[in-house]
Parts: sequence; C-alpha cells; structure tokens
Amino acid sequence: MKLTRTARRQAAPAGISAVALALTLTACAGAGGGGNGDAAGQDGGPVELTLATVNNPQMKDMEELKSSFEEEHPDITVNFVQMEENDLRDAVTKDVATDGGQYDIVTVGSYEVPIWAGNGWLTDLTGDLESDADYDVDDLFEPVKDALTVEDSLYAVPFYGESSMLMYNKELLDEAGVTMPEHPTWQEVADIARQVDSDDVDGICLRGKPGWGEVFAPLTTVVNTFGGSWFDAEWNAQVDQPKFEEAVQFYVDLVEDAGPADPVSTGFTECLNNVSQGRSAMWVDATVAAGLLEDPESSEVAGKMGYAHAPVVETEESGWLWSWNLAIPETTQNRDAAVEFVKWATSKEYHQLVGTELGWSRVPPGARNSTYEVPEYEEAAASFAPITRDIMLAVNPEQPGVAPQSWTGIQYVTIPEFQDLGNQVSQDLADVFAGRSELGPVLDRAQDLAQDAGDAQK
Amino acid sequence: MTALMSAPTRRRPGRAPQTGQAGHRHRLAVSRALLWPALATSIVLTQIPFLLTIYYSLQSWNMLRPGDRGFTGLDNYVSVLRDGSFLSSLGATVAVTGTAVVVSTLLGMLFAVLLDRKFVGRGLARTLMITPFLVMPAAAALVWKWSILDASTGMANWGLGLLGLPPVAWNTELPMVTIILVLTWQYTPFVMLILLAGLQAQDKDVLEAAAVDGAGALRTFGEITLPHLRQYVEIAVLLASIMLLQVFDPIAIMTRGTGGTKTLSYLLYERAFVGLEVGEAAAYGVMTVLVTIVVASVALRTLFKVFSKEGIDR
Repeated sequence: MKLTRTARRQAAPAGISAVALALTLTACAGAGGGGNGDAAGQDGGPVELTLATVNNPQMKDMEELKSSFEEEHPDITVNFVQMEENDLRDAVTKDVATDGGQYDIVTVGSYEVPIWAGNGWLTDLTGDLESDADYDVDDLFEPVKDALTVEDSLYAVPFYGESSMLMYNKELLDEAGVTMPEHPTWQEVADIARQVDSDDVDGICLRGKPGWGEVFAPLTTVVNTFGGSWFDAEWNAQVDQPKFEEAVQFYVDLVEDAGPADPVSTGFTECLNNVSQGRSAMWVDATVAAGLLEDPESSEVAGKMGYAHAPVVETEESGWLWSWNLAIPETTQNRDAAVEFVKWATSKEYHQLVGTELGWSRVPPGARNSTYEVPEYEEAAASFAPITRDIMLAVNPEQPGVAPQSWTGIQYVTIPEFQDLGNQVSQDLADVFAGRSELGPVLDRAQDLAQDAGDAQK
Repeated sequence: MTALMSAPTRRRPGRAPQTGQAGHRHRLAVSRALLWPALATSIVLTQIPFLLTIYYSLQSWNMLRPGDRGFTGLDNYVSVLRDGSFLSSLGATVAVTGTAVVVSTLLGMLFAVLLDRKFVGRGLARTLMITPFLVMPAAAALVWKWSILDASTGMANWGLGLLGLPPVAWNTELPMVTIILVLTWQYTPFVMLILLAGLQAQDKDVLEAAAVDGAGALRTFGEITLPHLRQYVEIAVLLASIMLLQVFDPIAIMTRGTGGTKTLSYLLYERAFVGLEVGEAAAYGVMTVLVTIVVASVALRTLFKVFSKEGIDR
C-alpha cells in the first residue's frame, strides 16, 4: 500500500501545521477583536452598560452595590466583567486598540491612562465632572488627578489609589532594641535590617520577582531617591549611569544580606505572607498591604505593625503612586449613561454607601480627601490611613526623582515600551540576585534596550 | 490534500467492478461532497490564521501605538534573528525538553519494571504513580512553588534540613533544575504507563525459556526485554517531546523565564502580551512554526517507522 503511505506523508505536514498554528494563534494577539457595540439606548430607551474591571476586593464591592445605582437609574443596567490584572490589560487594550467597542466603562491603571488618552482612546471627562458641583472634582487627590490629566483634561477618575511605605513589625524591632524614625533614610533602614536579620527572621522583605510591575515597582522608587532615573528629560537612557547602578547595587546587596532567601520567587504576595506570619521584620511596599496586615483573620501581626514613610536618600519622599481608575472608551455608544455610573462609583455618596453597607475598612482608599475626614473611617483605619494620605499627598508624580523628567509617573515610565523594557531587565536582574551575572553587563544591556525605547519617544 | 482525495479513486478498479461505473461515480461524488464542509472548515481554521500571522509579521505594530502601524517588510524577522532571544530560547527549549524527557524515560522505565512485578497493593501503587500526570499543569506548578520548593516553608528544604543540609533557594539558584523537576514529576508517569503496557505485552514463554537457559535477571532484561521495549520507548519519547515542547505553565508561574528557562512558547507569550509587539510576536510565531514543522516532520517520520515495524502499516 504505497499509496496510503504517500497520502499520510503528505497529510502529516498539514497536521503539523495545524498544531503549529495553535502556537501561532498565541502570537497574533491582534487578530481577534471585533466585538459589537450595544447600540441600545441611543434613542433614549433602556441602556445596558458593560464594565471591564480587575477582580480586586474593592471592585467586587462595587458590583455588590451596583443595584443601588440601578434603583436610582431604572433605565440603566450595568454588567460587570471581572478579570485578573494581566488579562484585563490584554482584553481591554485589544478592544480599544482595534475599535472593538465591547466595553462602555473600563478600569485602567494610572500607567495606561496618559498613553491611552494620547492615542485618543478615552473620552475627556473634564466638562462632565466640573459642571456637577455635587461631584466635587477638587476633592479628588491632587497627585492622582495629575497622573490622570493630559494637557489639562481629565481622562479618568480614580476608584482607589495607593502609595508605598515602610511597614515594620514593632515587636521584632523592640526585641532588637531599635526604633524606627517616621521619615527613615535607606541607610538607616538597611542598618536596622542587617541588625534584625537572623536565621528565623528576614530583616526586610523586598520584591525580586521578575516582571515590570513586580521588582521594578519598588526598585524604581529606590533609583529615583538615589538620584538616578530611567531617562533624562530628552529621553536619553540613563540606566548605565552611576546613580542608577548605585541604587540597584544597594538593593541587591540589601536583599542578599537581610532579604528573603529566594528573591527571584518573592513578589507582593510572598512578602505579604512572610510579614503577616512574622517571618520578615520590615517591608517596603504598597500602602494597600496595611489593610491586609491589620486583618486579624489572615494576619498574625495585626496590631503589632508600625508604619513609616518610604525610605529616602536624596529626595524628600519616595513613595510611589498607583491608582485604579474608571474611564470611558471613545468607542462606547452609551457615553451619557456611562458618565452617570462613573460619577456614582467615585462619588462621596458611594464611599458612604460602602461604609454603611459593607463596613468602613472597605471604603476605597486613596481617591478622595473627604474620605479621610469621615470619623467612622478614621476610626476603622486609624493605624495606617493618616500616613497613607500624607504620603499620597506628598509624592510628586511629575518629578519623583532629583532631575526633571518628561513623563508623569513614579514607579514606571509612562511610555508603551516600558512594560517590555522593565520586564526584560528584571529577568536579567534575576541572574544578579543569584550571583550568575555581574550588575555592570546587565545594566549595559538594559541601557541599549532603554535607548531603543527612548528613541521611540523622540 | 490531493493525496487524500485521490486515494479512493485509485482503488476503483479493484473495488467496484460489478456495480457499474455510473453508480460508483455517483457514490463517489456524494462522499466527496460530504467531505467538503469538514475540509473547508479545517482550511479556514488552520490556513487563514496562519496567513494572517504572516501578514502581521510584515507589519510594524505595537498595540499601544496605533498611529505608527505600517508595512515594514522583513524588519521584524531581521530583529528576531539579530536579537538573539530566538536562538537562546530555542536552546532553552531543547535543554528543558531534552533533559526532562531523558530523565522521565529513565525513571519511567525503573517504575514500570518495578510495577510490572506482582506484589500486594500493586493496583493502588499504580493509581498513585499515575496521579501526577493527571494534575493540571498550572496546579502542579503552584503545588511545587508553594508547598515543595518554597524557601522558608517548603517541604524540600525541610527534608534537606533533616539530612543536615543547608536550605536551597530553588528559583534563585537553580531555576533550570526547578523546572525540570516539575516536568519530570509530571511526565514520568506518562512514560511509565506506555512502558508498562510494553512490558505486559511481552511474551511470557520467551522469558521462561531464558530462565530455563539459565540467564540472570539483568541479562534477560538487557538482551530480551529491552529490545522488545525499544519501540515503546520510541513512542513514549516522541509523545513526551511533542507535549513538552509546548511547556508554559511552570515557567510562567515559577521562574518567569529567568536562568535559561525561557522556552519558545514563553518567549512568544512575552512578545505578544507583555511587549504588545504584534508584528514582532507574529514573526517569532512564524519562525517557531517553521522550526516546529522541520522538527516534527523528522519526528513523525520516525513514528511511522515504528508503526511499520509493528506491522500496522499494511
């Protein structure tokens, strides 16, 4: 049966290419898209809004409470699509980049908002918000608002926001006989960390896990305060400059001497575990972690933690700034209804609603000044709320470091190429943490990658 | 495609001499017509995305820069080849897949031989041995990451401590070993199953004859069992290699492509979903397809050789 054999031989490559194509499909991220916008509501009839959001607890609370909005607006219903952070970024980017029009409201991070607004993907909300006195747009946190503003127009409103700070285990520090100042320097923190570090307890937990949002969130703030930067104001890469190298070397050394044993597996979640089980004495990370450390159900250190400003070297402050925001894509067919919902979900009344319905500790933090004046909230979040607010108001996303920069943002560079750049450099850093590479060559390669990204901005 | 279609045609003289040409032709037309929807679907599902991928690979397109999209010719391929990531990823893929397959085969052989013997609780032992292969890859990676290899609470370091050995920071110091450990753990049962089937298909008379002739266990295994198992080993290695070539979950969850573990599938994911570089990712995709076709063609030819030796291709 020579025949069948020939047939099979020819069919085989076809079969293989089918398998290979499954692989390829992963590659053509842009090939999909093409959702259909819901055109209902243009003639004043009932409107169905689709909201894409990250599946964080605060957003789940919003979904739980949306019926209250729907009761006030009987002609509008809101459907929530909840996703993991990375899936959300991917799905929403694809939808807006290909004019899909699937979503009427999207949740976007402060990194994306200026980029997307520059691409003309988001609608300008300035007029809608300023014309409504009840909404009180001036009550929004100024630095967060700055990060969401492009050429004097506000393209998104913060749902909740965060900075970073130093969290420390008071018991462990007391045992070692050291006290933490309210505004520590990195040198002081490093000394304390090395002093407290023992076989059972790490002196400090710092992220080393590869990923632009993992290790480079804290590490970029360290670079800033050491006087380094990814780029100068003319988009020339600065990664191989002495200040940048000094900052990264300091970080790597501190991790080696007093940090987690397995830095390449340590990210936010791993540090949270270590600190909440009393296995790390200190931690510099997102302010939002404080609420989790103070939750007696999941944390063994509730009530034992102290909080200080993020450590500095050459700058006054070195906290970062991140917010999850609600924005309306240009492709929506239901802009008016979407604006109504966005205003409701970020209003003072919504914060009251969360407080009375679900408990005051669950109010979205870091978005509005007035939240921090509500007595119930002050009481529920007494140990960390005031310092969170102070730091968020003190940081400067327009110039977090020593030298002026041409983008708004602290722990990231607000250009499309940054996630790729940060990701690749963070992978090479893993070899430095492990002692397989020297820092110098890694930063030289990073300089080349950064220069390519910088050239794209010129 | 043509070969598939022409196969029945050439059979015609032998098959249907009595029924008459017209009736046969009609039946043939019907069978062909019935084949078309499936054929059309598979063409649409396989070839169109591939052509689209080639089209995208000729574009300069970062999804976050919609204004700069345009035709760039072969620029993406030039940067793919010049960047060095592709070659090093190819190397990582070969290293990860190769080592995991070899170790899985050796261990699989060992366990298959052990489980081929009769002992109390053999059924239970077999069921337990096969479980790792049934665990979802992502779940397996998480179990290894958190319960076994975690630097401070993991069982591996606890075990090392019992032996008086210092703890190991698995992901930081030994990323390759970490990935290969997880893959070996998952794929050893798969290889073992195939080899066990081979062992049980062995003719007991031959073994008895060997025993009568006075051959020891080792000699019997080396000169009778192993040659018999050769084809089973080939199939096991081939199938395991095909599955392991696509490995993604443990890398994404545990090492994130550090320390030489960035395989082609993880590299593709990074270019497309972290870099958002559609054009470049598509070029990587096309290159991967080409390499896969070459490798798989060679591999499949080997597979057919195995089948024909087994007398299946008759």
